[in-house]
Formats: sequence, C-alpha cells, structure tokens
Amino acid sequence: MPSQEKADARARSTSQQSEDDEVSGKAASQEVAPSEVDADVDAILAEIDEVLEVNAEDFVKSFIQKGGQ
Amino acid sequence: MSVHRIMGIETEYGISTPSDPTMNPMVASTHIVNAYAQLVASPQSTHQRWDYAVESPLRDARGFDQSRAEADPSQLTDDDLGLANVILTNGARLYVDHAHPEYSSPEVTNPRDAVLWDRAGEVVMERAAAATSLVMGGQQILLYKNNTDNKGASYGCHENYLMKRSTPFADIVKYLIPFFITRQIFTGSGRLGVGQDGASKVFQLSQRADFFEVEVGLETTLKRPIINTRDEPHADPEKYRRLHVIVGDANLSEVATYLKMGTTSIVLAMIEEGALADCDLMPSDPVREMHRVSHDVTLSNRLLLNSGEELTALEIQYELLGRAEKFCSERPDYDVDVMTKDVLERWRLVLDQLSMDPKLAAKSVDWVAKYALMTGYINRDALTWDDPRLQLIDLQYSDLRPGKGLAKKLIAAGRLDKIVEESEVVDAVGHPPTNTRAYFRGECMRRFPESVAAASWDSIVFDLDGHEALLRVPTLEPTRGTKEHVGALLDVCASAEALVAALVAD
Repeated sequence: MPSQEKADARARSTSQQSEDDEVSGKAASQEVAPSEVDADVDAILAEIDEVLEVNAEDFVKSFIQKGGQ
Repeated sequence: MSVHRIMGIETEYGISTPSDPTMNPMVASTHIVNAYAQLVASPQSTHQRWDYAVESPLRDARGFDQSRAEADPSQLTDDDLGLANVILTNGARLYVDHAHPEYSSPEVTNPRDAVLWDRAGEVVMERAAAATSLVMGGQQILLYKNNTDNKGASYGCHENYLMKRSTPFADIVKYLIPFFITRQIFTGSGRLGVGQDGASKVFQLSQRADFFEVEVGLETTLKRPIINTRDEPHADPEKYRRLHVIVGDANLSEVATYLKMGTTSIVLAMIEEGALADCDLMPSDPVREMHRVSHDVTLSNRLLLNSGEELTALEIQYELLGRAEKFCSERPDYDVDVMTKDVLERWRLVLDQLSMDPKLAAKSVDWVAKYALMTGYINRDALTWDDPRLQLIDLQYSDLRPGKGLAKKLIAAGRLDKIVEESEVVDAVGHPPTNTRAYFRGECMRRFPESVAAASWDSIVFDLDGHEALLRVPTLEPTRGTKEHVGALLDVCASAEALVAALVAD
C-alpha cells in the first residue's frame, strides 16, 4: 500500500501553500485499493519497466530547466 | 460557426543533455533548430530571419503599451538575438525561445487541425533531436513536451484564438476565468509535486497551475496571469484580437488537445455573442481556486463564487456545457457542423466520466492516464509517493522518443485514444493547412526558399533578383492566402519574381 502519509507530512512542512490549498486534506483520497490492480495494468507496467531510465533519482535530479514563457 | 475560428498552439519543449548536463540550454536548443533546418531545407533556405518589424509584444489589450525600459528583458520577444529560427514548409515556426526550442504551429481553422499540426510539431522535434544526435557524434539531446522541471521553472504551451475586436476585453476576463480555472479537470497533464518547486510530492492535475500568481496581466515569464493581455493580433488590429492563452498544459493526449481547443473556442463564441451575459461564475479568489482545483484529484472541492454560491469544478463545467449545447443547437448551421457536435458530445462524455469515476477518462485525459500509471506502480511495488521512480514516470510520460516516452507507449498500446491518423501527421510535417494564410507562407517556403529573406505571421519578405531592396508582402488577413485564393497563382508562377509581379499587378 502506498504511504501517502509520509508525503503528507513533508507537504505540510515544506509547502508554503499546503494550508491554503488543502493538500493534506485531499491526500487521503490518493490511497489506492489493491483491488484496482489487474492483469491489464500489470501488462502495461511490465512494458514500462523495460523502458524506464535507469537510476531514476539521478535522472530526475539532472532535469533542470530555465524558465520560459 | 461555433468551434471554428483561426487558432494555433505554440509549445516550448523541455530540453536536456544527460551526457553533458553543463551544456547551455540555449546552445542545445540552437543545435535542435539548426539540425532540423539542415535536415529538411534546401541549402539556401537556412538564412531566413523572423520579420520582427510588425511585432509588438508589449501592447496591452487593456489599451496601453508597457515601456520597453519597464519591461522584464524576458518580455522583449521581438528582440532579434540572432537565435536560430526556421520557417517550415508547413507554415510553422521552429526557433529558440528563451532557453527552449519552440514549435509554433501554423494557423488552422478548427480543433482537429490544431491537433494535427501540434502532433506534426512533435514529429518535427523528434526528428530534430535525432538529427542533432547524428551531428553531435551520438550525444543525445532529449526533448520533453511538459511544462515544468519540478524545481521551480516553468515553460509554456500557449493557445491562440482569433477573436472579434469588438468584444469588450472585460467580458473576456469575466467569463473566461471561471472556464480556465475549471477546464483543468480534463486539460491537465498531471504533475507529481505541489508548489512551484514541486517539493511536496503530492499529485495534482496540472503542470502549470502553481505558476499562476495574478488574474490579469501582460507578463508571461513572471507573475503569470490567468488572462494574458498581450495584444499582438498578427492581423488587422481594427478587426481582430488574438487571445493569447498561457494557462494550458502541453498535452500528449490528442483528445485532451482537441477538447482544450474545441471547448475554449465554443466558450469564446458565446462570449462574442453575449450568450453568457447572465452567467456569473466568477470565483471570489480566482488564483487560489485555480490552485485548489489542480490540487484536488477527487474533483470534490467547492469553489466559493462572488455570487455566494459554492460549486465544484465539474458543476461549473456542466453549467458552461449546458449553455454551449443550447447556444450551438440554436444556430442555423448546427445540423451540418459535425465537428462542433463532436466537441460537445466529447465534452459531455468526459465530464460524465470524471463525475462517475475519473479512471473512466484514462483514455482521453493526460492526468488520469499518468495517475493510473503511478498508482499501478505504487500498488505493485509498494512504493510511497516520494519514490524517485514515480517522479521519473512524471517526467518520462512527456519524453518525445517513441520507444521511451510513456504517453507514446500508451498511445501505441491503444490506451490513449487518437483523433488523427499517423499518415495525416506525417503529411502535416511538410505541408501547411490549405485554408489559412499559412498555406501561402508554407508554399512560398517550399517553392521559393532561396527568395524568402524573412517571414512572420503577417508578412513575407522577398529578396528578388533584379531588386535592390527587399520586398515585404503583407499577409494581414489570416483567412486569405488559402489554397483557394492563391493555389492556382502559385502553380503558374515558376519563380518568386513572377509571383510577386503577379501579386503587385493584382
């Protein structure tokens, strides 16, 4: 099961907007029931496993953009 | 007509060079544009400049001009920095804007064509990246059709709609803000991160929402406004206004792009014809509500309106849809206007799906498709929302490479619905729409590249044999210069000299 709570705690502590935006209030809804997982989803995840960049953390960190319009 | 009007989409693509993270993005973007120019153009045709003489990015729709001294340098989009710029044979512009490669589609007349030439832009970028890799000894430059790096930077996917000048700007502001704030529920591309720096790893509907800080304004690069007032019609200013829409996400789903352009065009038609005069849906705090709608995957938040009413985003959309259905069905041409009917039916379908269970919209709405992938991983691998793999999915969803991009994977697997055929997209890469002035521009580029010194949306500047001075042909009317108007003329002119002589004689 996903642990949204940890992310929630971070949201509350790091986001200046969280109070304003009710981020934490909506977080519970991001729980996902295991029953939602079906063979169909597994098939596409298996396909995606094949193409995801290796070392996700470094890859995401290195994606730095300059602002545009 | 309801869904039909002159429109276009301009997209700044995210760009990265994994093997050399220190590469200046302006340099990388220049490589992209130049590599494409060399790939497709004749040897003489890479020297065209953009004709800035007719641009006025600081003109404000509210009726005054911002002084150049007061403007942020990033607002001076008519400064010719000598950055790479190509006008394509499909009438589009490919160039370096700030630190991103940008594809500005040709002018089209309807949402389906907007999808087609937007998709053509993806192919242009994909081919440009491949060509760049070849000339850089295999070093890859990666392009992303997204709107944020999740570290504080955002870049745009702007829509443009030609409107009647006679429509009061105050009406546009009043009626569009509630629509823009709530259309995110089907136009959002999804983002794992809240706040401009994305520090809170919580999923939200839109890539762009958190970067909007004011209701109305001229800026596009800072203090971004929900309604942008840039008044640069690229057409007869007495007759037309170009509404420059900067709130949208770049969509990978063709249906999302189609709905975004189609529903907005219908709402604009209702504004132009006064059909929303008794419709007060303005939230009391639009910027805050824009963020709240985006942060609410349950779609259940209520927006507090000036009227005192509290409505959900879905309820506001249903209200506007109901009025649009009535407005369009009362028009004499409705029975034969297949596309307007189709947009209205798809608009209702997506709202119904989102009302019942957002997952039902996974084949048409980007944020739903992305959210489904993330929750799939969470369930299968017991991940938490701050897992880097989920952040990678967020990013890689918009990767343009067919073998790598996750949205591309979903399309190939039939998990995202399509609007246009791939054969049409390939054709649109090289050919302009036939029913706008983009036809004249694109055909001049295809037939006489060596004679075109510069071009812009509303002009083509020829450098002709036997003429010392350059000769500017204005193209101020977007609905002229079509195949019907100039196709036969182009066919009998063997040279640009003959074409211009014929135009002058006309």
